[in-house]
Amino acid sequence: MSIFSANNMKLITNPLGRQNPITLQVLGICSALAVTSKVKPAFVMTLSVMAVLAFANVIVSLLRNTIPSRIRIIVQLVVVASLVILVDQVLKAYVYDVSKQLSVFVGLIITNCIIMGRLEAFALGNKPGPAFLDGIGNALGYGWILIVVAIVREFFGSGSLWGYKLIPESFYEAGYMDNGLMILPPMALFIVGIIIWVQRTKDKELIEE
Amino acid sequence: MNRNSNIYSILYASIMVILVAGVLAGVSLLLKDRQNANVEAEKMQSILKAANVETTRDEARKLYDEYFSETFVVNNQGEPITGIDAFKVNMSNEIKVQPNERKLPVYVFHGKEEGKKYVVPIYGAGMWGPIWGFLAIDENKSTIYGATFDHASETPGLGAEIATEWFQEQFKGKEIFDENGNFQSITLVKGGADASNKHGVDAVSGGTVTSRGLTETLRKCLGDYEQFLKSEKTE
Repeated sequence: MSIFSANNMKLITNPLGRQNPITLQVLGICSALAVTSKVKPAFVMTLSVMAVLAFANVIVSLLRNTIPSRIRIIVQLVVVASLVILVDQVLKAYVYDVSKQLSVFVGLIITNCIIMGRLEAFALGNKPGPAFLDGIGNALGYGWILIVVAIVREFFGSGSLWGYKLIPESFYEAGYMDNGLMILPPMALFIVGIIIWVQRTKDKELIEE
Repeated sequence: MNRNSNIYSILYASIMVILVAGVLAGVSLLLKDRQNANVEAEKMQSILKAANVETTRDEARKLYDEYFSETFVVNNQGEPITGIDAFKVNMSNEIKVQPNERKLPVYVFHGKEEGKKYVVPIYGAGMWGPIWGFLAIDENKSTIYGATFDHASETPGLGAEIATEWFQEQFKGKEIFDENGNFQSITLVKGGADASNKHGVDAVSGGTVTSRGLTETLRKCLGDYEQFLKSEKTE
């Protein structure tokens, strides 16, 4: 079976829509609130989660036939925690400013339910190739929500995107003000809520009885 | 081997932990230099900011070398201590030892137009964790020329306001000593400092504990420098 077969591609596309970890499974919400006030940290967070999730999936998948079932959660935690520390160290060395902004949230990737969820639900029962794709897919599903939320929050909250000022000075002189509420964490919850609403309106099958 | 036996589990866990520890230690060693360079550049950036020189972290090293060619270390009697690199002094360690054993760094700013300023560090406790910063003091050794503060984990919107521009701006022009030359420090006044108050600035509303912490930090750290600041005053 080719790595890009239809079944495998579903591993990438499903988490983007119908199996989205944030809007459908409502996992990883904590970091979705915390790192989305600007686009750049949201993007770096997505990359970090992607690296951790993809490699953790592969490693656990490779080890799946040797892991003693009684300590499997601990084994998974050690794998995830070491990857997170690696990511944190790399960020501190190469993108120091972003790592300061993300502060504790990189460390908290360890507790991101998406990661343990995918390890338990997928990597323990599948080969490394599909596990890798599943990791990438779920990180993308997590990431696109993060980035959409961040774009809305940064644009309306700071008048900029990726740190570049987009709303011209003349607007401010005419009385326009940035919406301070956008910067605060509750706003992320509202935007995620709106995304969930839109998604379920378009796809009626997702609505629970 | 039976995968459910205790021995297998224990062996598995042990080997895994040893492997992981090795990998992490190796990576940490590899990246240490780069990470330290970042932390140093950030410190230089803060010192420059206290002296009202805005810069990016990439340029901080160059500008720091340009403006701060002179640095020295004094003790709390204002006497110089030789043989120590002022930049390497870590204030978080210094505040733990007896006041008379502290090594107190002074970074001297030589501006082309601004003239000579003394930049001194402060370090203390906020509400949730440490707070620190740098104060630039005029050549008269009393008037604040600029200030910058940072914190590890103060509450955003409340205590964390000490790291914002409006708060730090207030320090400019305040006096550490009164007219009679008595040490006054700078106090964060709850409810707002009177405009005529030369030794007070507005505290952060909602950040009472952080404000108290910063007042205390300023009083203690500037207090350590009292003798140095009193010595050979150039009015």
